[in-house]
Amino acid sequence: MRNPRIRFAVLALLGAAAALFSGCSTTAAVRVRPWERGTLADDTMNPDRDPLGSAMIEHVNFSREAASGGRGVGGSGCGCN
Amino acid sequence: MVTRQTRLPALLRMAAAAAFAALAAGVSAQVAPGSAFPPLAAAGLTGGSLPQTAGKVLLVDFWASWCAPCKASFPVYSQLNAAYADRGLVIVAVSVDESPGAYSAFVARLKPGFATLHDSKQALVKEVQVPTMPTSYLVDRSGKVRFMHPGFHGEQTERELRGEIEALLAEKAPAP
Repeated sequence: MRNPRIRFAVLALLGAAAALFSGCSTTAAVRVRPWERGTLADDTMNPDRDPLGSAMIEHVNFSREAASGGRGVGGSGCGCN
Repeated sequence: MVTRQTRLPALLRMAAAAAFAALAAGVSAQVAPGSAFPPLAAAGLTGGSLPQTAGKVLLVDFWASWCAPCKASFPVYSQLNAAYADRGLVIVAVSVDESPGAYSAFVARLKPGFATLHDSKQALVKEVQVPTMPTSYLVDRSGKVRFMHPGFHGEQTERELRGEIEALLAEKAPAP
């Protein structure tokens, strides 16, 4: 590998491979572990923590957009038990 | 003689070996019945003192202040501790809270009758790889995990724990 271009290409390839495999070696990017769900369990992560506010938004959507429903998707919680 | 043609595949083989080694190191095995429980004394736990566990039946519970079933489990563990501590049961509840303040506030509010410790760096829980919160492990007098309870399901879990604790307490301690 006396040619600097080839040496650069090989090093770049090795760097990309290392980055790719190190990403695969930790599953943190794939799934939030049970002990890491403190932030998800926080009340501020609950989209329906204000029932009156949710009802008003629903009313506005219905009145102005003739749209209703579709807000029942859960997105928070600690996933315990 | 090392030429350009022979050196390049060798480098690629080394890169592949390093990548697989990193992959293997990143995936640790889950602690399950039949395996030895990691030593608590070496886990760097804070927030209290570790009770003497050698030769005892050990119940290790992983909990967090944001986990509702964990809160429900504490009165039951207090009852178990009161019923079996004299016969050799030690309960250690390990918090996985990221915030020391959340750990302290939870313990101050519930005032459990058993030992609570804080895994502030989440090192032990990563080693154990708990499947859900809470999860408790019953360890026999020789240090081997015998029973595991993912989640806390009220009276059902309590009934199972009592039977298992009775069985483990009836076993003889291993010879030193």
